[in-house]
Amino acid sequence: MNAREEVLARIAAAHRAAPPPDLPYERISREYRTTSDSSAEALTELLIDRLVDYRALVRQCSADDLAETIADALADRGAHTVVVPSGLDSSWTSGMSGSILTDGLLAHHRRTVSELDGVDGVITGCAVAIAATGTLILDGSPGQGRRVLTLIPDYHLCVVFPDQIVADVPQALARLEPTQPLTMISGPSATSDIELNRVEGVHGPRTLEVIIVGEE
Amino acid sequence: MSAPVMLGIPEIPPPSPRGVGNLRGEEKFPSAARRALADTQLRRNLGKATTTIRTKRAQVVAELPDWEELREAGRQLKVHTMAHLPDYLEQIESAVAARGGVVHWARDANEANAIVIELVRARGVDEVVKVKSMATQEIGLNEALEAVGVAALETDLAELIVQLGHDKPSHILVPAIHRNRAEIREIFLREMADADPALSDEPAALAGAARQHLRRKFLSAKVAISGANFGIAETGTLGVVESEGNGRMCLTLPETLITVMGIEKLVPRWQDLEVFLQLLPRSSTGERMNPYTSMWTGVTPGDGPQEFHLILLDNGRTAVLADSDGRDALNCIRCSACLNVCPVYERTGGHAYGSVYPGPIGAILSPQLTGIEDNASLPYASSLCGACYDVCPVKINIPEILVHLRAKHTETYAAEHRVPSAEASAMRAAAWVMSNPKRWTLALRSGRLGRALGRKRDVIGDVPMPLAKQWTDARDFARPPQQTFRDWWAAEHGGQR
Repeated sequence: MNAREEVLARIAAAHRAAPPPDLPYERISREYRTTSDSSAEALTELLIDRLVDYRALVRQCSADDLAETIADALADRGAHTVVVPSGLDSSWTSGMSGSILTDGLLAHHRRTVSELDGVDGVITGCAVAIAATGTLILDGSPGQGRRVLTLIPDYHLCVVFPDQIVADVPQALARLEPTQPLTMISGPSATSDIELNRVEGVHGPRTLEVIIVGEE
Repeated sequence: MSAPVMLGIPEIPPPSPRGVGNLRGEEKFPSAARRALADTQLRRNLGKATTTIRTKRAQVVAELPDWEELREAGRQLKVHTMAHLPDYLEQIESAVAARGGVVHWARDANEANAIVIELVRARGVDEVVKVKSMATQEIGLNEALEAVGVAALETDLAELIVQLGHDKPSHILVPAIHRNRAEIREIFLREMADADPALSDEPAALAGAARQHLRRKFLSAKVAISGANFGIAETGTLGVVESEGNGRMCLTLPETLITVMGIEKLVPRWQDLEVFLQLLPRSSTGERMNPYTSMWTGVTPGDGPQEFHLILLDNGRTAVLADSDGRDALNCIRCSACLNVCPVYERTGGHAYGSVYPGPIGAILSPQLTGIEDNASLPYASSLCGACYDVCPVKINIPEILVHLRAKHTETYAAEHRVPSAEASAMRAAAWVMSNPKRWTLALRSGRLGRALGRKRDVIGDVPMPLAKQWTDARDFARPPQQTFRDWWAAEHGGQR
């Protein structure tokens, strides 16, 4: 018997020795909240509160001011060279003066790790943002890029639109395709490993800045 | 094992094998605990850390009005999954394979280690990077790799502290919880060739030193080894929940990724993660969400490792599944909330438990994974106060399982020894006395003799007699009153019942 057959046979034996309770998937209790009646404004406000609480920098702007706001953020950061994923709206970076590297999925478009290690930051969009937890989710779609892109540079600037903001985890997962490579980001890289105190800044980007595009 | 189904006799699956891995300690809990209790620095470190985390957890749990409903959903999801484990294992196997991953099965630690070694050797590397993983700690993978000349580099900050300090992990989530900042600084200065001699003991500076130390390793690593917090049967998606980004580095940069996952980590469907992604971060680090969660399904062309292996590990889990009163221990999602609230863990720390799974969950999981007699003292490492049950995000009734395992140990001991244990003899004598009213009344009156012992403090301390000594070693005993209740009742009520 090979390992696969034996492990499955052991489970069958365990179930014979101790018959498990009959609980069909459809009968699993799901009394927790999966909807929210918060307004879009309230969700944006909550998202900002939670992002700030976990030490992300937050800016708000109108759609018309996005390019200028991105340029301001990069200037304040002192970021001259940035990498962007292919598919990122080119108007976003039209206001910036530094140089832009574009990274794509195809082999000849992929930036090397050392190239990524040399840039000052990365600009991306996101798929979904969770207000209650202050979480940004990237799914590798155009404008979000390969996972490594938002990992190696020390500064990540992420743009969030109001229709991407959901109340909580259930609403966010419902919008995602699980077989895409997913990264959930809640604040800058951190650790609680020293005396269980949260400290920002370990291996991932040490600065996370979020621009929330509003109607104002 | 031959003819497993034909005879219809339910044979019990074997526990994890001896001689490999880190599930068995070298000494019993009471003696290890005594040494830990004498270490005042350790007690200060643990007290500070567990107090911090308890407060944080309570705050973020209180933010959710539906916490209890989430716990119940989590519990039921786990109960359901364990009842349908073969279906879900076969599902995840075909889903991972369909997306370009390779699935391996391992009966035990030895087999899992052998699979990893073969994969690593085939890549021709002598160094691998690792994401913190309980499963690989459990099977002693680092030691097995070292034995064949492969260095396994732990990249989680706490694991790195443990590895550099030539130490053992003492907590599920924060393996270096027993170290304070000054001790960590000392370890870094001693063991990191590239550490700045002016390094301060500020946590931010220490984290910065770890970043610098590991960065080059990450950027050049060819093979990474991880565990998994979840495996979704429906889609073949695996998830790793972390804080620092070391997990993302390992899961994204190398060419080859090898993931070792216990068979109990399965979740039926994608939607079910909505429960666990709310329960786990709040219970473990006391955060609304941990900084980074990575999810991947097989191989994605152009993004991340282009070769992926998933090893499904038994190593005693099916033995746990065969005990209807103990199997809920498999439902654990490794949050470590039970450690942080446990009055025993808070004082002794994790090393006293001997296993990589310490604290209340370890006290019910380790003895079941190894067979009760290899960890017989662990079910007694508890005051049965129930705090662990209250905080468990999947509502594992840990105190009930502890009591069950105590009974199981007593029975196993009696079956294996012709001479009963001292405790069993005492219980049998007590049963004889208590089954007869006259004998019982006399026995109670004789308790007054004990008054002679506690004259000084009005309590009875150490009693230097066999059996009584074991009990009074760690507990004061109330000095018996002058009159028994029965005598008082007879005097007050004139013998009427």
